[in-house]
Amino acid sequence: MAPPAEVLAVRGLSKTFPGVRALDDVDLTLHAGEVHALIGENGAGKSTLIKLLTGVYRPDAGDIVFQGRPVSFATPLEAQKAGISTIYQEVNLIPLLSVARNLFLGREPRNRFGLLDFARMNREAEETLRGYGVRVDVRRPLRSLGVGAQQMVALARAVASEARIVIMDEPTSSLEPREVETLFSVIRRLRDEGIAVVYVSHRLDELYAVCDTVTVLRDGRRVHHGRLADLDRLSLVSTMLGRELGEVRSEGLTKFTGDHHATDSRPVLEATDLTVPHQLHGVSVSIRPGEVVGLGGLLGSGRTETAKAISGALPTSSGRVTVAGVPLRGGSTPAAIRAGVSLLPEDRKSEGIVPGLSVRENISLAVLPRLSRFGLVSEARVDSIVNTFIERLRIKASSPQQKVGELSGGNQQKVLLARWLAMNPKVLLLDEPTRGIDVGAKAEVQKLVDELAADGLGVLLISSDLEELIEGSDRVVVLKDGAVVGELTGDEVTEDKLMRTIAGDTPERDAVGEAATDG
Amino acid sequence: MAEAAVKTVPLDKARALQWLQTYGVYAGVALLLIVNIAITPHFLSAENFRTQAVQVAPVIIVALGMALVIGTEGVDLSVGAVMALAASVTALYLGYGLVPALLVVAVFAAVVGLANGALVALVGVQPIVATLALMVGGRGVALVLLPQLEDLRNPQLASLGSGDVLGIPYLILIAAVLALLVAFVVRRTTFGRQLLAIGDSRPAAQLAGLPVRRVLILVYVVSALLAAVAGVLATARLQASDPTSLGNLMELSAITAVVVGGTPLTGGRVNIAGTVAGAVLIQLLTATLIKHDLPPSWTQIAQAVVIVAAVYAARGRGKR
Repeated sequence: MAPPAEVLAVRGLSKTFPGVRALDDVDLTLHAGEVHALIGENGAGKSTLIKLLTGVYRPDAGDIVFQGRPVSFATPLEAQKAGISTIYQEVNLIPLLSVARNLFLGREPRNRFGLLDFARMNREAEETLRGYGVRVDVRRPLRSLGVGAQQMVALARAVASEARIVIMDEPTSSLEPREVETLFSVIRRLRDEGIAVVYVSHRLDELYAVCDTVTVLRDGRRVHHGRLADLDRLSLVSTMLGRELGEVRSEGLTKFTGDHHATDSRPVLEATDLTVPHQLHGVSVSIRPGEVVGLGGLLGSGRTETAKAISGALPTSSGRVTVAGVPLRGGSTPAAIRAGVSLLPEDRKSEGIVPGLSVRENISLAVLPRLSRFGLVSEARVDSIVNTFIERLRIKASSPQQKVGELSGGNQQKVLLARWLAMNPKVLLLDEPTRGIDVGAKAEVQKLVDELAADGLGVLLISSDLEELIEGSDRVVVLKDGAVVGELTGDEVTEDKLMRTIAGDTPERDAVGEAATDG
Repeated sequence: MAEAAVKTVPLDKARALQWLQTYGVYAGVALLLIVNIAITPHFLSAENFRTQAVQVAPVIIVALGMALVIGTEGVDLSVGAVMALAASVTALYLGYGLVPALLVVAVFAAVVGLANGALVALVGVQPIVATLALMVGGRGVALVLLPQLEDLRNPQLASLGSGDVLGIPYLILIAAVLALLVAFVVRRTTFGRQLLAIGDSRPAAQLAGLPVRRVLILVYVVSALLAAVAGVLATARLQASDPTSLGNLMELSAITAVVVGGTPLTGGRVNIAGTVAGAVLIQLLTATLIKHDLPPSWTQIAQAVVIVAAVYAARGRGKR
C-alpha cells in the first residue's frame, strides 16, 4: 500500500505564555485517513497545540504546513473554512436554533430568491444525521436533544463542512456507551474517506480501539510519537506521566514521612457506590482516622468528582456516605461540613479563596456562625482563631487585613487549610493541595498533612504528583474512567504498581497482548 | 486576574482611579457645596439644607437596600414598585390605625422580597430579570389596590412626614439610623460577611458551606422592606397616596447612588458611607441645576456624566 498523502506537517511549534513555556518545539505529522491519538496530562500542552492549529492562538515559532502549503490562521473560522474542524468537550452550537439550522449554520442552502430553503435543509439534515445514528425531528431546537445526540450533530457539522482534519477534544466525556460505539463507527468511516482525525482522550480503551498513531506530550514537549500498536498500555502510561518503569526511586523527595498508621478502628468516612451520570460509576472509598488515602488515576479518571461527591458539592444519583457511622444527606455541602468533612478544591482560585476579602475574613468564613451570637460576630474570638492559624501555618501576609487575592499560591492554600482546620474537621479531602505552589510552601503543606494525620484526622489525598501521592499515602485507591480498578496497600504503594494498575496491567493478565489486538 | 489587571495599568494611574472610586464621591459633594455657597443665593440656610435632606432621605433608604443587593452581584429593579405598593396599602389600611397599616405594608413588601429572592436563589433567574418581573407586576398590583391618587388625612401619618425632633425632621433621623444599622450589619454580622463572600465568589462561598440561598433571599427581603419604609415616608410627606408616580425611576436613582458611592457592580464589596454620599451628590447636582433655572433635561445629562465617571473609576479595579 502506498503511503497516504501528508495532510498536515507541523515543525518546531512553540508558544510561550507569561511565565510558562506551554509548547516547546513540537512536531506533528498527519496523513490522510490517519486516526491520531494526542495525549498528555494536565498542562502537557494538548489544548495549546489544538488552539495553535485552529487559529485561536498564534505560534511564537514553528511552521504549520497544511495540504502542502504553509498556513497561518488568524481566526478559528479561517481554519474551519480551510478544512480543520474541531469538536470540543462542550458542544459549541446554538441551543435555541433547530437541529437542521445548526447543522447548516453558515452554509445554509438557499432557494432562487436567496432565502433559506428550509424544506431542503430539513430533508438533507435528516439524511445526514441518520448516518450518525441520530433519528430526531430536525425542526426541534437543538437543546431538546440529549448531550450525546448534540455531540453527534456537532460532529456531523464538522465533517459536512468538507473538513480534511477533524480534531476531537474528549468527544466521549458525555456519551453513553452505545453512543461511543456510533462515534467510533463514524471515525472509521472518516478514516476510510481519507480524513485525518486527531483524537484527544484519557480513556485508554478508546485510544486503543480507534487510533492508529500517537503523540505523547509532557510539559510542552513531544516525548513520544509512533504507531500506537507498538506501545503497550503500561509504556503509554509511564511515558505520559514521565516515570521510568522499575526505576528505583530514592525516598525522601517529599516532606512526607509516611509513618503514620491508622489506628485499627472503624472508618471515619465510608463512601459506598457513589454514582454520578457520565462521571462516576459506583466508586467506594473508606478512610480510617489517622490514615492518608491516596486517589490515583489519570486526568479525567474521576478523582476530583469523587472528592466533590463525598463533600456534597456534586449531586449523586446513587450511593451513600457515612461519617463516623452516621449517614450524610447527599448533595449538601453545609451538611457535609457540619458532619466534619471538608474539601480543599482543586481550583483554588475560583472555588477556594474569596479573593476580594481579607485573610482574616477568608480564614473565619466557614467557622463564623460558631464565633457569633444571635448573628453578631465576636471580633475578639475571630482574631484569636485567625492569629492562631496564621502563626501555626506560618501564613505570610502583610497583615490579617491583606486581601487573599494578593497572596502567593502557597499562602492562599494555607489560608484555605486554616479555614477548614478552624472547623475542627474529622476528614479532609485534599484535591491537588500542592499544585502551582512554590517548593517551600509545598514542603510545608506536605508536612502539615502528615501532622494532621498523626493527630487522627482522616485524609483523602489527590495529586498528579506521583511522588507526593506515593510517599504521602498509606493506601492508594486507583480510579479509571470513573470506577475503582484497584487498591494498593502496604508495600504495594509504589509508582510502578500504580502505573501498572492504571494501565490495567495486572500480573494475572498480559495487557501487552490485549492492547495490540485492535491495531 | 487582579494582579494581571494591576500590572497592565500603570501604577500611578491605577492608584488615581482607586482613589477616585473610594473618595471621588466625597470630593464631588464637597465641590458642589463650595460652588453653591459661592454662586447660589440663599444656599447657605438651614431651611435649604432641611429641604434638600428631606428630599434625599427616601433615596438614601432605598439605596441602602440596593447596596446590599449589589454587594451580592445582583440588582433590585422592583424597589420603585414596592414604594408604590407601600403607598397603596397604607391608604387602604390607614383606617385601622397607622401601626396596623404599617404592619400590612411590611407583609406585602416581605412577599415581594421573598418572590425576588426565591426567583434568584432557588430558580436561578438572573437578578435583573427576576426583579424586572416584580417591578412591572408590583406596580400593577399597587394600581389594582388603589387606582388613583388619594389624599390621606391622618394626623399620625402627617407628623411622621413633617414632624421633627430638636429641629431634625423624622425623615432624616430615620434615614440616618437605618444607614448606621445597615453599615453595622455589613461589618459586624455573619449575614453581612456571608453576603460579601457570596458576592465576591459564589462557587467558593458554596464550597465553604455558606447558606447561600438563605442569604440571597434575605438580602432581597431587606431591600424590599427598606423600599417600603421609603414609600411610607414619601407618602407621609405628600399626605397622599400616589401609586401611579411614586417611586418612578427610583431604582435608577438608587443604583446610581450605590455605584457613584464606590460599590462595584461586580459584588463582594459594599460601601454604605459612599452610598449615602452618592445619593447626596445626585441630590445636590439636581438642586444646583434647578436653582440656576436649567431645564430638567440638563439634570439627566449631568447625572449621566457622573455615572460614566463612576463606572470609569471602577474599571481600574475590574473583576478578579
